[in-house]
Amino acid sequence: MKKIATVLSALLIAATPFAGQATPDDDLEAFRSYYVKQFPEVPMNDFVNGVYALDAASREQWEEFEEFPSYEIAIDNGEEKFHNKFANGKSYVSCFPQYKKGIKQNYPYFDIDSGKVVTLESAINKCRSDNGEKPLKWKKGAIADISAYIASLSRGHKINIKVPNNAKAIAAYNRGKKHFYAKRGQLNMACADCHYHYAGSKIRADILSPALGHTSGFPVYRNKWAGMGTLHRRYAGCNKQVRAKPFKAQSDEYKALEYFHTYMSNGLEINGPSQRK
Amino acid sequence: MRLIARILTTTASIVALIGCLGFTPTIANADGAKNLAKGKELAFNRKKGNCLACHQIKGGTLAGNIGPPLLAMKARFPSYDKLRAQIYDARTNNPNTIMIPFGPHAVMSDKEIDLVAKYIHTL
Ligand code: HEC
Ligand code: HEC
Repeated sequence: MKKIATVLSALLIAATPFAGQATPDDDLEAFRSYYVKQFPEVPMNDFVNGVYALDAASREQWEEFEEFPSYEIAIDNGEEKFHNKFANGKSYVSCFPQYKKGIKQNYPYFDIDSGKVVTLESAINKCRSDNGEKPLKWKKGAIADISAYIASLSRGHKINIKVPNNAKAIAAYNRGKKHFYAKRGQLNMACADCHYHYAGSKIRADILSPALGHTSGFPVYRNKWAGMGTLHRRYAGCNKQVRAKPFKAQSDEYKALEYFHTYMSNGLEINGPSQRK
Repeated sequence: MRLIARILTTTASIVALIGCLGFTPTIANADGAKNLAKGKELAFNRKKGNCLACHQIKGGTLAGNIGPPLLAMKARFPSYDKLRAQIYDARTNNPNTIMIPFGPHAVMSDKEIDLVAKYIHTL
C-alpha cells in the first residue's frame, strides 16, 4: 500500500510542471509540439507573426500596414540615438560592438557574474549608466526606438537563448516559467490560459496569439498605443487585463518571464520591430 | 376626518381584495422581468460577468468562443443550483478552468450572481 502511494506521488510530481525534473530542453520540446499539433497548417517560422499566423482576414490588413510600417520612424530615431555621442565622447557602439551583425537573438541572456538575467533594454540602460548618462524610461520612447533599431539589424537571426547549468540561471528560468503558468489577478487567469490552452480561440472579438514566437517581434508599434512599446509594456498590459497588479518593467520578475518566454521560441527568427493592432 | 378614515379603510380593503384575487402574481412577474433584464445587463457588462468574452449568448454581439455557447440551459442544467454553482465558482467542476471564479474572487456579489444565474437559466 505504502509502495503504491509512493509510486502515485512520484507520478504526480512528474505530472506537475514545476517539480524541477523537466529540463528547459524538455519544456521546449513539449511546448513546441503542443502548438504544432494545434496548428498543423502553420509553418514553424510563421509563429513569429502572432495572431496573423492564424487568421487570414486580419493578416491581410496587417500586411497592408507592414507595407508602410509605423515603426519605420522609430528605427530611424533609434539609429540616430544609437550613434549619438554621450558626454564622454563614446556612444552605444562601445557597449554593443557586434550590433551590425545582429545581436537581439542572444537576449535575454543569463550573466553568471552578476547572477542576473540581462535583457536588451537593461543592457541599453546599463550602457548609459556605465557612461555617466541618466537611464531612459523603460516602456516606451527612446528605449523602444533604440531597441527597435537593434532588432531591425537582427532580423532573420534565429533566437538563441541559453540556460547555463548554474543554480541561479535555472532558478530565473523556473521563476519565469512559474509566472507563465500561474493564475493571477482578480480574474484568476494565467498567461498560459490565454496564449497556450486557448491560443487561436476568440476572447470577445480578439483572437488569442500563441506564446510560441511571441517575443520575436518586439518592440512593437501598436495602434492602440499610438506608438512603440517594449515587451515589458505588453506584459504589464496583459497583467492588468486580469486585474492583477503589474510588476515594474525590468523587474526581476519580468526579466525572468522574458527569459522563459524567449527560450520557448529558440530557433525562430527575430522579426522585430513589428506592427500590431 | 371620519370620512377620510372611511375612505382609507375602504381603499385598504380594496387593495387587500385585489391581492386575494390574484393580482400579486402579476406584480411579481413584472419584478421577475425586471430581474431578468438586470441579470442580462450584469452578464453582458464588461466590468461584471463579461460572459460574452468567452460565450455566445443570444442577443450579444462579438462573442468569444473559449467556452460553449450558452443555450438550452434548462436541458443542460435541470438543476438551477448546479448552474448557479458553476457560475459562482467554475473551479468546483474543473479546478484548472479559465472561467473566472466570480463568487470567491468577489467579481460579482451573491445577489448579482443570483440575477445572472436566473437569467442564464432562461436561455
Ligand atoms: C485574458 C486573456 C489574456 C491573458 C491572461 C494574457 N494575455 Fe497576452 N494578450 C491577450 C490578448 C487579447 C492579446 C492581443 C491579441 C494577441 O496578440 O494575442 C494579447 C497579446 C499579448 C502579446 C503580444 C503578442 C503580439 O504578437 O503582439 C504578448 C507578448 C502577450 N500577450 C503576453 C502575455 C503574457 C506573458 C501574459 C501573462 C503575464 C499574458 N499575455 C496574459 C490576452 C491575454
Ligand atoms: C474567460 C472565459 C470565461 C468567462 C469570462 C466565462 N466563462 Fe463560462 N465557461 C468557460 C469555459 C472554458 C467553460 C467550459 C468548462 C470549463 O472549462 O471549465 C465554461 C463553462 C460554463 C458553463 C457550463 C456550460 C456547460 O454546458 O457545461 C456555464 C453555465 C457558464 N460557463 C456560464 C458563464 C457565465 C454566466 C459567465 C459570466 C457571468 C461565464 N460563464 C463567463 C469560460 C468562461
